Amino acid sequence: MNKKKYTVALAGNPNTGKSTLFNVLTGLRQHTGNWPGKTVIHAEGFFTYKNEEYQIIDLPGTYSLYSNSADEEVARDFIIFGKPDVTLVVLDATALERNLNLALQVLEMTDRVIVCLNLMDEARKKGMIIDTANLSKKLGVPVVPLAARNKEGIEELLETIARMVHGEIKTTPLAVSYSRAIEEKITKLLPLVKEVVGEEYPARWVALRLLDGDTSLLHALQHHRHHFFREGSAHACHCAKSI
Amino acid sequence: MRATAPNPFDELMENANRLADGDTREQIVASIFQTSRHICQETVTYTKQEKQYETEKLDRIFTSKIWGFPIMLAILAVVIYVTIAGANIPSSMLAEFFGWLEGYITLLFQQLHAPSWLHGILVLGLYRGTTWVVSVMLPPMAIFFPIFALLENYGYLPRVAFNMDRLFKKSGAHGKQSLTMAMGFGCNAAAIMSTRIIESPRERMLAILTNNFVPCNGRWPTLILLASLFMAAGYTGGWKTLVTASVVVAMVIFGIVVTLTVSWILSKTALRGVPTHYTLELPPYRRPKIWDTIVRSTLDKSVYVLKRAVTVAAPAGMLTWVLANIHVGDTTVLAYSAQLLDPFARQLGLDGYILLAFILGLPANEIVVPILLMGYLSAGALLEVDSMNAIKQIFVEQGWTWLTALNMMLFSLLHYPCGTTLINIYKETKSKKWTLLSFLIPTSIAVIVTFTTTHLVQWLGLL
Repeated sequence: MNKKKYTVALAGNPNTGKSTLFNVLTGLRQHTGNWPGKTVIHAEGFFTYKNEEYQIIDLPGTYSLYSNSADEEVARDFIIFGKPDVTLVVLDATALERNLNLALQVLEMTDRVIVCLNLMDEARKKGMIIDTANLSKKLGVPVVPLAARNKEGIEELLETIARMVHGEIKTTPLAVSYSRAIEEKITKLLPLVKEVVGEEYPARWVALRLLDGDTSLLHALQHHRHHFFREGSAHACHCAKSI
Repeated sequence: MRATAPNPFDELMENANRLADGDTREQIVASIFQTSRHICQETVTYTKQEKQYETEKLDRIFTSKIWGFPIMLAILAVVIYVTIAGANIPSSMLAEFFGWLEGYITLLFQQLHAPSWLHGILVLGLYRGTTWVVSVMLPPMAIFFPIFALLENYGYLPRVAFNMDRLFKKSGAHGKQSLTMAMGFGCNAAAIMSTRIIESPRERMLAILTNNFVPCNGRWPTLILLASLFMAAGYTGGWKTLVTASVVVAMVIFGIVVTLTVSWILSKTALRGVPTHYTLELPPYRRPKIWDTIVRSTLDKSVYVLKRAVTVAAPAGMLTWVLANIHVGDTTVLAYSAQLLDPFARQLGLDGYILLAFILGLPANEIVVPILLMGYLSAGALLEVDSMNAIKQIFVEQGWTWLTALNMMLFSLLHYPCGTTLINIYKETKSKKWTLLSFLIPTSIAVIVTFTTTHLVQWLGLL
């Protein structure tokens, strides 16, 4: 078996079936604990697809990634510092508009995103028709319709993950355009951001967070200069057993 | 850290601060919301207009100012009624079965010429303790929790939190506390962990200190048992169940009232402060996978109860038997301790054995009633407990009245949290002081309430 392991992060609002998807993907190969130093539940698991090992991290369910709470900080830090190979954003199709807000925030942070449109069965029952192709075009990343509890769409999702980690999918994530005032400030701040935090972090997003007065992010950046998070997670106990 | 040369990070932050103004966050959020709306307008079409607002329509009923509370109460009452009505028969059947089996086990011990102390420890102690827990606990819990899980999966629990929010805010606590209380119905120890969803340390402490006033898995059956044996004694059939259910519902409501009062007092004194704002998401109602939920929840709960029965009730049963059979002078250790506690316990409308059972039951609330029965049995004449009526007879022989039962229910509802919960409180708060307070506050309330009830009833001449 190929030893190279890919990391998949699972983000989404609470009550979107995120955990259901996590369970479907990992089966019994999972374990839970606390995030280091934080009282936030941490679940990770493993799955194999086409002879390749994937590690999947279930991030806390949050409505935004603005570090309002420990949950949001944990999720934000993992996407930024853990640099997962793919971030899945699970959306409740029946409440798409509200759920998209989080997806748009993730798209500002990384371009390796797959949007999972979960609870499609419920949406159909409600008479909603979602043009996923158009949605994917607008967001600039793959959109996979799912009904995780009926295991619908899982195969397509796995295939999309595999293609993304192998660099076969080119994404052009949608950048939300802000008011002229904010855009001007971002432009002003951008060169300094690039100089200080380097190219490895999404500069536009960092600039935006700084304009929002997010000091906790800056502390985290200072702290994590290098791939601290990834080394850290290698120490986590891998008690999950293969089935 | 390098102290020399201006830190580039600080410089960056300074720059950003100079550019930022007060409403940056609002502008950012507004742009994101607008983008989401535009995308949805172009990608989503609704074919059934009436379905689009289904959740909103239901919410207008479930969270309405007029109907919200009556519906909540009605649902609670129905759940408890169904639990009691459904658990009665399987409980008696299990008790009969275990009693029948005990006869054969005893026969086997006699055939093997086993010493009587071995039979005592293993059969009268371990076996009885365990089987009583199983027959009294398993049926109600295997009915209550699947129904609860159905409500949860349907999306009703967040609505409860929404309705309760105003009450909690008034008492200075966090609205999410009702969610941690809902967890407490299952297990207070787990609920202590779930208070992590409350960000503010002050409000989280309130939730931790008051969680115990929600009857847990180990106390429901005690409440149900005592209510049906003593409070509904004069009724038969459906009425009996209804009265039992009403008494249990009243207990739950009383627990909530105590929770709110204690929160209010604490937030005016030791934990002063105003409740923080938060947004509560009301997820859409969703029809749960009914069979999946029932099967999984029943299995989970049964395994849980059985595990507790073996790990906690079995050793407690053995210990109680030993205490009841070691003689000091002409009395046993158990009887001696009970006598010692008796004068104080009488003031609370209890007796020495009841108080002793609560003390020995510190590791887990499940074992309080089995320990009590064993204590009584070691003093009384009855040897076999194979029906609910036999249990009542044991209690009555010890001089129980409805007031004793009421006080025991109140004490069970209000007294200190179980050992596991206390350990979790210490782990979560990392403070000996707060752990001690989480023991002392409920215990003092339990003592004051039962003392008042007893003396009030006697003074009024109701008994």
